[in-house]
Amino acid sequence: MNSVIIYLATFFTILIALAILSGRYMARVFNGQPTFLTPILRPLETLIYRICGIHEEQEMSLKDYSVSVVVFTCISLIVLFLLQLLQKLLPFNPEHFGPVRWDTAINAAISFVTNTNWQSYSGETTMSYLTQMFGLAVQNFVSAGVGIAVAIAMMRGFIRKEVKTIGNFWVDLVRSVVYVLLPLSIILTIVLASQGVVQTLRPYVKAQTLEGKQQTIAVGPAASQVAIKQLGSNGGGFFNVNSAHPFENPNWLTNFCELLAILLIPVALVFTFGSMIRNRKQGFALFYVMLILFLLGFGIALWAELSGNPMLGKIGVAGNANMQGKETRFGVVSSVLWGQSTTCTSNGSVNAMHDSKMPLTGLVYMFNMGIGEVIFGGVGVGLIGMLFYVILTMFIAGLMIGRTPEFLGKKLGPYEMIMAVIGVLLPPVALLIGSAIAIISPVARTSIANPSAHGLSEILYAYLSAAGNNGSAFAGLNANTVFYNLTLGLAMLVGRFATILPGLAIAGSLANKKTVPTSIATFPTTSILFVGMVVTVIIIVGALTYFPIFTLGPFLEHLQLFGGKLF
Amino acid sequence: MKVLKQLRTAFLILVVFSILLGVVYPLVMTGIAQLFFSHRADGSMIVSNGRIIGSKLIGQQFLLPTYFHSRPSDCDYNAASSSSSNLGPSNPELFKQVREQINQVRTENEIADTVLVPADLVLASGSGLDPEISPQSAFLQVSRIAKSRNLPIELVRQLVINKTQQPFIGVFGQPRVNVLTLNLALDSISGQNRH
Repeated sequence: MNSVIIYLATFFTILIALAILSGRYMARVFNGQPTFLTPILRPLETLIYRICGIHEEQEMSLKDYSVSVVVFTCISLIVLFLLQLLQKLLPFNPEHFGPVRWDTAINAAISFVTNTNWQSYSGETTMSYLTQMFGLAVQNFVSAGVGIAVAIAMMRGFIRKEVKTIGNFWVDLVRSVVYVLLPLSIILTIVLASQGVVQTLRPYVKAQTLEGKQQTIAVGPAASQVAIKQLGSNGGGFFNVNSAHPFENPNWLTNFCELLAILLIPVALVFTFGSMIRNRKQGFALFYVMLILFLLGFGIALWAELSGNPMLGKIGVAGNANMQGKETRFGVVSSVLWGQSTTCTSNGSVNAMHDSKMPLTGLVYMFNMGIGEVIFGGVGVGLIGMLFYVILTMFIAGLMIGRTPEFLGKKLGPYEMIMAVIGVLLPPVALLIGSAIAIISPVARTSIANPSAHGLSEILYAYLSAAGNNGSAFAGLNANTVFYNLTLGLAMLVGRFATILPGLAIAGSLANKKTVPTSIATFPTTSILFVGMVVTVIIIVGALTYFPIFTLGPFLEHLQLFGGKLF
Repeated sequence: MKVLKQLRTAFLILVVFSILLGVVYPLVMTGIAQLFFSHRADGSMIVSNGRIIGSKLIGQQFLLPTYFHSRPSDCDYNAASSSSSNLGPSNPELFKQVREQINQVRTENEIADTVLVPADLVLASGSGLDPEISPQSAFLQVSRIAKSRNLPIELVRQLVINKTQQPFIGVFGQPRVNVLTLNLALDSISGQNRH
C-alpha cells in the first residue's frame, strides 16, 4: 500500500512540476514572446509561413478563424481517406496490404482528423507503414494542434477588449506543432526507443520459437507514432492492442513516461490559461476543479479494481484479482491510473482492456467521457469544455444572487450561455440517440460480444468514446461494420465541432465586449466556493444526463455480479 | 474568394506538415533509434545458434512440460495480430475458460483442488503477447519442471529467483519473470537444447 502511495505521489509531483513549466512556456509561445527554443525553431516557423503564404501579423475574425478550422479539417479528411484507399499503389507497404474498406477508411479518416483515434481496424493487419506515418501520425500532430489553437483563441477572448479578432489560426496551428508537439515528441520517441519500443522500417520478423513453432512478429516505426499519440491526446495504437502491446509499452518506465505524456499538455494548458489571462490563481482554481474530479473517479475505479471479481475467487483464483485483459508488467494500479488518465483526457490509448475491467471501473470511465472530457481533457478541447461548465456555473451563481453573471470581467449574456449549453449538451444528445438506435437495431446488436447489461455498456461506451473524441473502446464490440463505422463517424464529427465552434463563438463574442471592473459584488472565481460549485455542477449535469442508462448498464452488472449471479 | 485562399493555405500547410511530420520526423527518429539502440529499435530479438527464436518482449506459447508456461493468450501468441477476447467481468464464458485453465494448471502441476491459483496464470493478458508471468506463477511450475528435466527442485527454484525482476526501488513496476529468458536459462543449465 505504501508503495502505491509513493508511486502516485511521485507521479503527480513530476506531472504538476512539468505542467507548470510547460504551461508558462506555451503562454510565451502563443503570445509571440521568445523562448529558449526560439533560436532553433524560429527559422523553421518562418519557413513554413513563407511556403504557405501565411502573414504572421494578420489577425482573423471569429468567422475567418472558424472557416479556417473547418476547411483544414475537411481537406485533412479527404486526403487521409484517399491515402487509405490508395495505399496498395504507394511505397512503404512491405506487407502488401490492399486498400482499406471504404466504410472503415471513412471512419478512420474522421477519427484521426477529429483527434478521436477510434480504431475499428487493426493496425498491424490493415495499414501500411506509409498510411501510419504519412497519414495517421501527421493527423495525430495537426488535430492536436487544432485543439491547442482553438483553446488559445478562446483564452484571447477573455483578455481582449472591444476587438473583432481572436488571432490567426494558421499561426496558432504552426506554433503548437513546431514549438510544443514536435520537440516533446522527439524527446519521448528517443526515450521510448531506448526502452524497446520498436522504430524500424524492416518487414515483420519471422522467428522460430523455443518449441520450434513459427512466429511472425509485427514491427514498424512505432516509437515516433506512440510519442505523439500520447502527447496529442490521440491514442490510436500502432498495433491492435494499443499500449498493452509490449512493442508500444515494454516496461514500467515507458508506462510512466507515456502516462506523463498523456496528461502533460492538458494539465499544462490550464496553467497557460492562468498566464495568458494574467491571473495565475484562476489557472490554479480550474486545476483544482479538475484534480478533485480526477481523484474522485480514480479512487472509485481503483477501489473497484483492487477489490477484484468475487466470482473469480469462488472458482479458485488467488485474491479475486482481475488480471483478465491486464499485462503482468503493469498490474492493477498502473492499469487503472492509465484508464482514468486516458478517459479524462480523451486519449484513446489503453494499456489494459477496458471491456474486461470491473463494472464500476467502466462506470467511472464512461462518466469521464460523458461529461465531455473536461477533467484536464483532450489537448485544448478539454479546457474549452471546462470553460463551458464555468460559464454554466457562473450563470447558476448569477441566478442565485440575482446578478448578471460575469467571468474574468466579461459579462456573460444569453449568447454565451446558449453556446456553452450547446457545447455541454449536444454531444450527449447525439451519443444517447446513437446508442438508442444501435440498441434497437438487430444489425448493430449482433456486434455485441458480452451478454446483457455488459453488452449495453459496450454500445454506450462506443458512442461515449466517439462523441467525446476519446477513441478507447469496450473492444469486444465488433465496430468494423458499415453501421458502426458510419454512425460513430457522425458522432465523432458532432463531438468535435460542437466543442470547437461554440468555443470560438464565445471567444469572438467576449473579445468584442468591454471589461467590467471588479466590485465588491463580483463573485470571486478563485475561491474554494467557486471550485466546489464547478465540481458540483459538472457532477450534477453528468448524473442527470446518464443516470438512467448507467443503472441499466454498469450498476446492474455490478449488483448482479456481487449478488453472485452471472448473465 | 476568401474561402478559396483559405483552401489553398490549408492544402499547402497539410503538404508541408505531411512532409515534416510524416516523412522527416519518423525517418530521422528511425535513424537516431537505429544508430544508438538498433537492437531494441528492431524489436529486442533473441538469436540463438544463428536463428531468431523470438523477441525478449514478445511472449510465446509453451506447451511442453519441460518449459515454464506463459499466460493464456486470446490470439495464441500470434505476434502478427495482437488481440484480446475482451470478455467482460460477468460473462459466463470468462468463468468457463478460467475454470478450464485452472483445472489444466492443477493437473499439469499436480496441485490440490483447494490450492488457489495465481490470477495471471489463468486469466488472459491484454495484448495476448504478455512476455512475463508473476513469480508466484513461476514457482508453481517449479516442481513439474524439475521432475520432467531430472533437475533438483532447489536448482530450478533458484533459477526463478535469479530471473525475477523486482520493482525498481520497490515502487515502480511489478515483480515479474520473463518466460522466454527463463526457459533459455533452463535449457542452458540442463545442457539440453531441443533444436
